Amino acid sequence: MTNDNDNFMKWSRRDMLRGLAGIPILGSVWFAGARVTGNAKRERQLLLETLNIKASPPPPTGPMSGDPLRIGIIGFGIRGEQLCRALGYATTDWLKNMKEASEKNPNDNRLKDFLAQENLNIKINAVCDIFDFRAQRVVESFTSDDNKVKRFLTYKELIHSKEVDAIVIATPDHWHAPIALEAIAAGVHVYIEKPMTHNVSETYTLREALKANPKVVFQLGHQHRQTQSFLTAQDIIAKKVLGHVSLITTNTNRNDDNGAWQYEIHPDASPKTIDWNQFIGNAPMTEFNLEHFFRWRKWWVYGSGLSGDLLSHDYDRLNCVLKMGIPDSAMTSGGIYTHRDGRNVPDVLQVNMEYKDFSTGSSQQEGKEKGMTFVYSATLGNQFERPTYLMGHDGTMELSNSVTVYADARSSKYADLIKEKRIDASEPIYVYDPALNQTDAVTSATAKYFADKGLLYTYRDGKRVDPTFLHMREWLSCIRNGGSPSCGIKEGFEEAISSHMAGLSYKIGRRIQWDRETEKIITLPGEDLDAILTDTKPRV
Amino acid sequence: MEDQKYSSGQLYALVALRLLVGWHFLYEGVVKLYNPSWTAKGYLLSASILKPFFGWLASGSMASVVDVLNIGALVIVGISLLIGFKTKWASVIGIGLLALYYLAHPAFPGLPQGPSEGSYWIVNKNLIEIAALWVIMLFPTAWAFGIENLLTKKTQVSN
Repeated sequence: MTNDNDNFMKWSRRDMLRGLAGIPILGSVWFAGARVTGNAKRERQLLLETLNIKASPPPPTGPMSGDPLRIGIIGFGIRGEQLCRALGYATTDWLKNMKEASEKNPNDNRLKDFLAQENLNIKINAVCDIFDFRAQRVVESFTSDDNKVKRFLTYKELIHSKEVDAIVIATPDHWHAPIALEAIAAGVHVYIEKPMTHNVSETYTLREALKANPKVVFQLGHQHRQTQSFLTAQDIIAKKVLGHVSLITTNTNRNDDNGAWQYEIHPDASPKTIDWNQFIGNAPMTEFNLEHFFRWRKWWVYGSGLSGDLLSHDYDRLNCVLKMGIPDSAMTSGGIYTHRDGRNVPDVLQVNMEYKDFSTGSSQQEGKEKGMTFVYSATLGNQFERPTYLMGHDGTMELSNSVTVYADARSSKYADLIKEKRIDASEPIYVYDPALNQTDAVTSATAKYFADKGLLYTYRDGKRVDPTFLHMREWLSCIRNGGSPSCGIKEGFEEAISSHMAGLSYKIGRRIQWDRETEKIITLPGEDLDAILTDTKPRV
Repeated sequence: MEDQKYSSGQLYALVALRLLVGWHFLYEGVVKLYNPSWTAKGYLLSASILKPFFGWLASGSMASVVDVLNIGALVIVGISLLIGFKTKWASVIGIGLLALYYLAHPAFPGLPQGPSEGSYWIVNKNLIEIAALWVIMLFPTAWAFGIENLLTKKTQVSN
């Protein structure tokens, strides 16, 4: 009989070696793995503490309690329909289509996201659309037992009906200001799509009207202000991570019909179903024209081209991060190079805006750095993605739905860390991606473009939320609980003037300058800026 | 005696193969273990076939379980192959794990390859490592080099 001790004695040194030699290898591999990971983690931690960037979401907006707010929708085209969905009202056919889409593709969460949206305690009980089909869709889809939707034939009747507390304006650009002015004067709250105005003078009139009616809550529809990555970008600027930013480049890259405003023409559309006179409004009268009605963005008389339509978005999302305001000057060039289909707004546009006194802070000797150029480069003939870059002496920020920061190899601020090889200028020093590990069933190239710009989705606590919903919720909360919306008249004034300066420079062919003292665009004798910008006859 | 089945050259080669695969598994497991922000979610969500299955693995509550199981399996297989204990079972687990990796991103023509350092057609390194584990499973060496060597000895002596 043997015992364990005897067994042990039987193992030779050779046996021990062959039996246990794997253990030191195990130890070495474990040690190496733990050390490499631990070191990387410590370096990362140190860097994050040095940068001290807070990626915290903004405080939530107030409660939606009380009586339901009564809202009228003016303009139920593509955008109007999206805005109503953000308010919790989807058309019957959209719900049906989304149900089918989610059955076909389980990753398509559009219906799920819509149904999960918080109830905003509102009623869309009034509509004004001058195309019968669209107005009828609202009445049929949004009417329920406790909500009888009424169609108004004119916006004035709707505003003065005493049946609405607030309106949403999603009309062609040339109708934005006239409708908003009517509502403000009547004390009706306004959510207005971008660009805020169609010409220069309306911009001032609107500002005056809101000054005279301070109770009216006014929100301009730049919903990306709610995008979490932009709030993080604001903190990056506040912490002077980038140093002095001397150049911003931001872009529009689209290459499809929808992105070039070549929208579908509805088969029911005719002079019988469309109130053409009302469509024309302050634009020069022309004969009934379906293209003008459905594709109005292609003409200056109704729309604002790339400068008002899309530069305005890029301008405002940078203005929300940097608060740089109206530029000292804007110089624009471009042309109609890829959609020669009768439109008169350019489809390729380059805008250079100068800010000669602007600074995001400097890490070098005082007075050395000052001034910035904002470059907007757009084409509707190519969709190769060019991200937005904020280029500073100490670092570069790539800004989309995520934020990536690189240190600059020649930075003053990070010189020591770069020398010690603790920062590698070719690797990001900070990445913030709220979408990490989330799948998006983004449907089209244009939708993806918007998603990357932070226009389609944002994230709150890792949950995907439509920023338009958050933007409208903020507006509704200000109506109910007080406070100022994040894109009010000050931001709107800056957006509109900057966009108009870019548009005017394209049309006139010269550098358009802004006089900060008088708050006026510098005009040459005999120049009627509004007439030039909107292709209308000079006003006497 | 089992050790007489292999020539010494064959034995060295098989032990080397076992140690190398064990090394690889353990290192992968340890690096993930010490990196709390690591998750397989991205890999699973970007799966090119069997999307519903991998999507389920990556879903909310499942994801953290999958991460723990993945790290646990990598570490256990690594230790087992390195110290030479229950290598047959470890090989089976390893093959299962690698098969999941392979199926999420198979090197099939027409499917996106994702970031990789080489060029593959059907056969990629996951598949080759599966074959290596298959060999390790069928040609055990722990009795000659590994803890099992001591345990076998004990049994022999006891008998």
